[in-house]
Amino acid sequence: MSGEKADAFVDITDVVCPITFVKAKVAIEELEDGQILEIKMNEGEPIQNVPRSFKEEGHKVIGVENGGDGTYTVLVEKGGLE
Amino acid sequence: MAQVNYKELKKGGFMKQVQKDRFSLRIRLAGGQIEADQLKKVYEIAQRYGQGYVHLTSRQSIEIPFIKLADVDVVKQELAQAGLQPGACGPRVRTITACQGSTICPSGLIDTTELAKEFDQKYGGRELPHKFKLGITGCGNNCLKAEENDLGVKGGVKPNWLDSKCNFCGLCEAVCPTQAIKVQKSDKQLLFKDQECNYCGKCVKACPVEAWEGQSGFIVSFGGLFGKRIAVGKQLLPILFSKDNLHKVVEITLEFFKKHGKQSERFGNTLDRVGWELLKKELQEVK
Repeated sequence: MSGEKADAFVDITDVVCPITFVKAKVAIEELEDGQILEIKMNEGEPIQNVPRSFKEEGHKVIGVENGGDGTYTVLVEKGGLE
Repeated sequence: MAQVNYKELKKGGFMKQVQKDRFSLRIRLAGGQIEADQLKKVYEIAQRYGQGYVHLTSRQSIEIPFIKLADVDVVKQELAQAGLQPGACGPRVRTITACQGSTICPSGLIDTTELAKEFDQKYGGRELPHKFKLGITGCGNNCLKAEENDLGVKGGVKPNWLDSKCNFCGLCEAVCPTQAIKVQKSDKQLLFKDQECNYCGKCVKACPVEAWEGQSGFIVSFGGLFGKRIAVGKQLLPILFSKDNLHKVVEITLEFFKKHGKQSERFGNTLDRVGWELLKKELQEVK
């Protein structure tokens, strides 16, 4: 996807707000700046809010794929906006 | 005993209760905000002159029930000490409601609090044929239900895409509720159908690389009702980008209602009777 390879993966389709972002945030904390986290999330509220929250914390979304099954896979570069 | 002018009392925010010579005192607030010190004064009045409780109104104000007729004047003085005054009831512009807006809420697109204060100063309590409700909501999430007001304001943003900054990640397409954006990653193209855009600003808020810039504005709705009759306010104008124009629109609308409205007729019913086109025509002078 987008030619970028993820360093870690987290599935947040099994939790609801506000745990969605908490779970994704815990996963990105494990990485070093510049590394990429792949997150699978549901459409609707999670895709609206989780990437925006990452932006607010200085991480950069570099790719979004619509799974076509009500989920999205989002690639986020840790610290990419700092 | 002196003749009691209930109409005057009601005008001044004192509502006659079921109980003889007892009034529920409405406080004039805008945007649902009150200073902590003022709240302390409300507490004191409720303790001393009321029954030790307050009622939160359906439109973000506070009422202190069980004020005695004999205490009305001294209660007004007490309120004034804290920079407070009684609110409006009866046939006039009522409490201005607002969400917290862009200064607090991550979704907010306009400064609703500041606007509510301006509306209160300019239009609060203005005499009209019937009650008139102004409400302000910061974005398309519509927490403050713009369209149920006689005149509602909703924050919006007109997005503009900057080719040079885009990383074609596709997030804007994913968050756009009206499918107005199509990102073609393979050949680095982006299609934006602006006639589909609802000005929600989600693309601008979400974009990780500031490739969407936006101009904030006001989406105005007219003639909403949520009382005896329920009707959704209608948008008669394109999004307005200047606050001066917004105020012109409010002035024209209030004057229109004053001129065409019958006593005890809500604005939406006036528009149904005289024709919406008439108001639309008058609003055309705002460019």
